[in-house]
Amino acid sequence: MTQQISLKKLTLLALPLLVASPWMPQWMLFMVTIAMANGLVGLGLMLFLRAGLVSFGQALYFCVGAYTTGLISHFFKFNEVLILLLLSALASGVLAFALGFLLAKYRAIFFGLLSLAFSMILYGLLAKSEALGSTDGFNIPAVTLLGWLPPSDLVRVSILWVAFITVGICLIFINGLIRSPRGLLLTAIRDNEIRTEYMGGSARKTIHLIYVIAGVLAGLGGAIAAIAVGHIDPTMAFWTTSGEFIFITILGGIGSVLAPFLGALVFGVIHTLAFSNSPNTWQLLIGSTLIFVILLLPDGLWSLTSKFKRVK
Amino acid sequence: MDQLLVVLVDGINYAAWLFLSAVGLTLIYGVMKIVNVAHGSFYSLGAYVSATVVGLWFRYGFDPYLSYLALFIAALLAGFVVGPPIERFLLRYQYDKDEVVILLITYGLFLILEDVIKLIWGVDPYFVSEPYELLGNFEFASMTYPSYYILMVVLALLVGLTLMFVLKKTQFGRMLISVIHDREISSAMGINVGKIFILTFGAGCSLAALAGAFTAPTISVTPGLGVEVIVLSFAVVVTGGLGSMAGVALASIIMGLVRAFCIHFAPELELFVIFSVMALVLSFRPRGLFSLAESRKI
Repeated sequence: MTQQISLKKLTLLALPLLVASPWMPQWMLFMVTIAMANGLVGLGLMLFLRAGLVSFGQALYFCVGAYTTGLISHFFKFNEVLILLLLSALASGVLAFALGFLLAKYRAIFFGLLSLAFSMILYGLLAKSEALGSTDGFNIPAVTLLGWLPPSDLVRVSILWVAFITVGICLIFINGLIRSPRGLLLTAIRDNEIRTEYMGGSARKTIHLIYVIAGVLAGLGGAIAAIAVGHIDPTMAFWTTSGEFIFITILGGIGSVLAPFLGALVFGVIHTLAFSNSPNTWQLLIGSTLIFVILLLPDGLWSLTSKFKRVK
Repeated sequence: MDQLLVVLVDGINYAAWLFLSAVGLTLIYGVMKIVNVAHGSFYSLGAYVSATVVGLWFRYGFDPYLSYLALFIAALLAGFVVGPPIERFLLRYQYDKDEVVILLITYGLFLILEDVIKLIWGVDPYFVSEPYELLGNFEFASMTYPSYYILMVVLALLVGLTLMFVLKKTQFGRMLISVIHDREISSAMGINVGKIFILTFGAGCSLAALAGAFTAPTISVTPGLGVEVIVLSFAVVVTGGLGSMAGVALASIIMGLVRAFCIHFAPELELFVIFSVMALVLSFRPRGLFSLAESRKI
């Protein structure tokens, strides 16, 4: 079920977007950047789904990534984007490593709800800390790319490039991971954990590993989103944010590492169009889409691509 | 000393609210193994229905003291009108799927219902404080406290005891317990599992609506009400042990008291403390305080 993607294919996909990016309207650049950020979180959730787990708390790492970037650029006046991304990934990774010792022992509903609890703890802390702007959050100053401060008309393009490069690196890494023995264990754990252990594979270690990786990915996504939006607030850790990530992942499917990004783009389009046209019914649209995808297209939008191939 | 008393009363009051909000969730999980995210929407539904009913009730000048009864009936009706069709026409066909997948379906339902409520009642807040003001305050030791909260505590006790009675003493309750333990054997013994499911789902939704209906007079009824409630209910239910009635009661009391204590002595921890209790309990008892043993699939 897993499709291989090669570096060549990836470049073919990304190149037209990169070339077209300076001519895209600003809102589209923004939408694609946010979709890349959300897709990164979805990529982590995809790893969980492969192991049969759903995390209702990926917003925790999304928010940690965003706040790491925000705090460093706001309080230390340090705004080199590549370093900020690295530090955000590191902060989320360290937290995920620590919490992973606990969460790797949980399965099914309990994994989801315990991770939900941790993200709500962070939300509760941030919403009440006045130094960080309580529920209003705070703004993030403009960032530099390798010491170059992009002029205002190039800001969005340059962030999109950074997002593309980050996503590309993550894609290559995750694509390698899910075809490695460790990655193949994920599906085995979903099918039958006890037999997996009989074979000598450690379910706990595998889940701990993907928990850290998913945390790092969500942290990167959060940092990119924070820089693109230029503002952060505690709702980034609220459970509805996690819900959106789950929607993205289910919508895209788990058949390929590109699927979450497809899901994120479709979500971005729905969000942009539906939210501006009828703000009171866009959740209705999202909810019905979610149910339809689960009932009629359980492998997500990505499964359509392989259906087309078979027809050929 | 006085402050401790206030904390205690606040805690019990909050515990009653938590219990009312969460008990339907655990009932549905216990019987049907569904983690119903749409529970939060039924809470808002109850609140909005109550806002409408109370508004009409007082406009037409019916006996104000009977408005509580009207609230009660309206909430039960709301739950039983909207809940069962969802079970019958959507969820019934999903029981062979994974628990987590059903959870995601109810999450979709939650999103849909949130917007349907907005479409029906609009986005402006409703204020229906008449039933709350009607009862006035009572003096206890050296403090004054709104009497309405006694009503909430009584309601929570009533709901809890009724559920206990139904489960332990009636024929329906015994059938329910046998369905909880083994769906297949129960149906082989002649129990109509489909009927039990639809009734349980309706009852669970009604309980959520009931909590919303009786909370409505104390708050401003705005969109997004259910978003907060559902996560709090999750916290209570999971801490107590999914599917355990006694667990919900105990977890509500613990969380109610802890939160009241925090509000009085460390208000900045208010939002944070409930989920910390949940994480702490789950770290030591991975399936909650009162959890049923579960068989493993080999």
